[in-house]
Amino acid sequence: MARLDIANVSKLFGSTKAVDDFSITVEDGELVCLLGPSGSGKSTLLRMIGGFEKPTYGSMTIDGEEVIHLPPEKRPTGMVFQSHALWSHMNVFKNIAFGLKLRRLPKAEIERRVEAVLELVGLSGYGQRLTHQLSGGQQQRVALARSLVLEPKILLLDEPFASLDQHLRERLREEVRDIQQRLKITTLFVTHAQDEALSVADRIVVLRDGRTEQIARPAEVYREPATPFVAGFIGQMNLVSGVVADGRFGHSAFNVPAAVADGPATLAVRPEALAIAPASGAGMAHVHRVTDYGTHAMIDVELPDGERLKSMMPTADQWTPMQKVDLVPGAFALYRDNGVIYRADAALALAKPARKTRSTVHA
Amino acid sequence: MAATLPAPRGRIDFVGIGFAIALSVAIIFPLIVVGTWAFTEVWRYPNIVPQQFGLRFWNQTLSRADVWSALTLSLQLSTVVTLLSAAICLPAAYAFARMTFPGRNVLFFSFLAGHAFPKFGLLVAIAAIFLQLNLIGTFWGVVLIQLVGTLLFMIWIPVAAFQSVDRRMEEAARDVGASPLRVFWSITLPQAGPTIAAAVLLSFVGTFYETEGAWLIGAPGIRTMPVLMITFINNQMVIQYGAVLSVLLWVPSFIALMFARRVIGGGAFARGFGG
Repeated sequence: MARLDIANVSKLFGSTKAVDDFSITVEDGELVCLLGPSGSGKSTLLRMIGGFEKPTYGSMTIDGEEVIHLPPEKRPTGMVFQSHALWSHMNVFKNIAFGLKLRRLPKAEIERRVEAVLELVGLSGYGQRLTHQLSGGQQQRVALARSLVLEPKILLLDEPFASLDQHLRERLREEVRDIQQRLKITTLFVTHAQDEALSVADRIVVLRDGRTEQIARPAEVYREPATPFVAGFIGQMNLVSGVVADGRFGHSAFNVPAAVADGPATLAVRPEALAIAPASGAGMAHVHRVTDYGTHAMIDVELPDGERLKSMMPTADQWTPMQKVDLVPGAFALYRDNGVIYRADAALALAKPARKTRSTVHA
Repeated sequence: MAATLPAPRGRIDFVGIGFAIALSVAIIFPLIVVGTWAFTEVWRYPNIVPQQFGLRFWNQTLSRADVWSALTLSLQLSTVVTLLSAAICLPAAYAFARMTFPGRNVLFFSFLAGHAFPKFGLLVAIAAIFLQLNLIGTFWGVVLIQLVGTLLFMIWIPVAAFQSVDRRMEEAARDVGASPLRVFWSITLPQAGPTIAAAVLLSFVGTFYETEGAWLIGAPGIRTMPVLMITFINNQMVIQYGAVLSVLLWVPSFIALMFARRVIGGGAFARGFGG
């Protein structure tokens, strides 16, 4: 049960800024995902919280207590590493009991707590196994148990499932979320996988080149990305450059109303918000490829300038390559100078369909 | 087709057999001769096998007080030198492996220096210094000179061992509350353990058989087993004394080899040398 405050933290390696003026407050029991491509500074940030790197500037407090000058062994944090970093010369029991022994707990108490945490991670009876006798998923559970048994105030997970296969990764992240919610433990979770972040996080921090792009709930990060980078990084997104003039965003295949000042802008529309219709006139775009996923179809549409967009449709039936189509954007957003200048929800866009789609509005 | 190709094992590896024979002649034959002499009472030219076997010379050798004192001294020396060497070199090796400090590379390669030049010249120079310090003919004088001989093994091999320990393991130990010293003791050392055991073993056996330094610095007061053996061989016309002593000297290396096979397993020596 703890609250973590990070204020204006920067980390320089030589002259490169790995983390640039980062601030966040993580509430008690909250799970926050640090999401970003490699080199975005997310792991450096986590290692600073764990005490393995020292911030160049800024402050970090846990429950109001400054921790920046504390070495890792003095911090109330528990870290799970990507490589699990189990001690191969100890068995599972000894791996988990090591931290308890350092705290000089009675033997019976150590045994009781190790057994309890093994049960929590679903590995009852595995105490005497050697670590190399476990599968990758089991090893990662032991690493998690090793941290949890010490009841840290803050749990730090550094891409814990990156080395596991997709199926196992999905199962483990659900288990970790369950355990986290049961223990109500404040958690920071570093990942480069957006699906992982979207499925477990209370809030997501999107990082890029050491800077915060957006901090918001998963649904908000997905539906209302704050910057074009977030829009492109989370989920699939069509980004189209054009110009706003006289209250309309114009592009060779798009013309949508947008009540913003004139000037260049980038239109962002998700595949599920971009419908297509058989061309009513000449048709400015054509179908390039149709991929049928069973539950839905993904239609790749090519614009006159060669740019390709993705449109998600309920079925693949009525679409064939080279077919002329009109584009019907639903919800979209316009970005300028790395920020949102206009957002249109689906209803508004459908009420005022784009120029080319006068008579083919989808119900 | 595969069936028409000549089977590789059908061919006789003459080169390999040649090497095997040459090695056997060069190593095993002298050992057999020495071993035979140790259990021989009468063996005169031109006989190929001894006329009379027996344990008389074992009785005579083992009843000599100087043999027992030399054996005890050699074991004491090897133990003290190895322990001292470990105490000095292992932390140093850790520093070389994990820290950056000014002059690190120069210092690291300086440990080769003792082995890069003719050793006897170096020993004579050291002996001259030891004479001033009244260390000639003393136990600790020999300890010091033999310590120098172990530095290379005890620095270079453990450095490779420490470097191969996953840093995340050490960080994970810090994370659960271990101090840096505790991490070294409980995580790093056991992880590097087998390879370090190889270095310690090499150090012990190497010290046990070290002759030049022990003789030059230790004489006349300190007589180790190998020094005693050389004295026997040089000064006594009875070959058997020397033979019995050399068979006795095989014992520690044989025990060491057995120990190495059990404890270290394959690969550790190779890893120690950066393989």
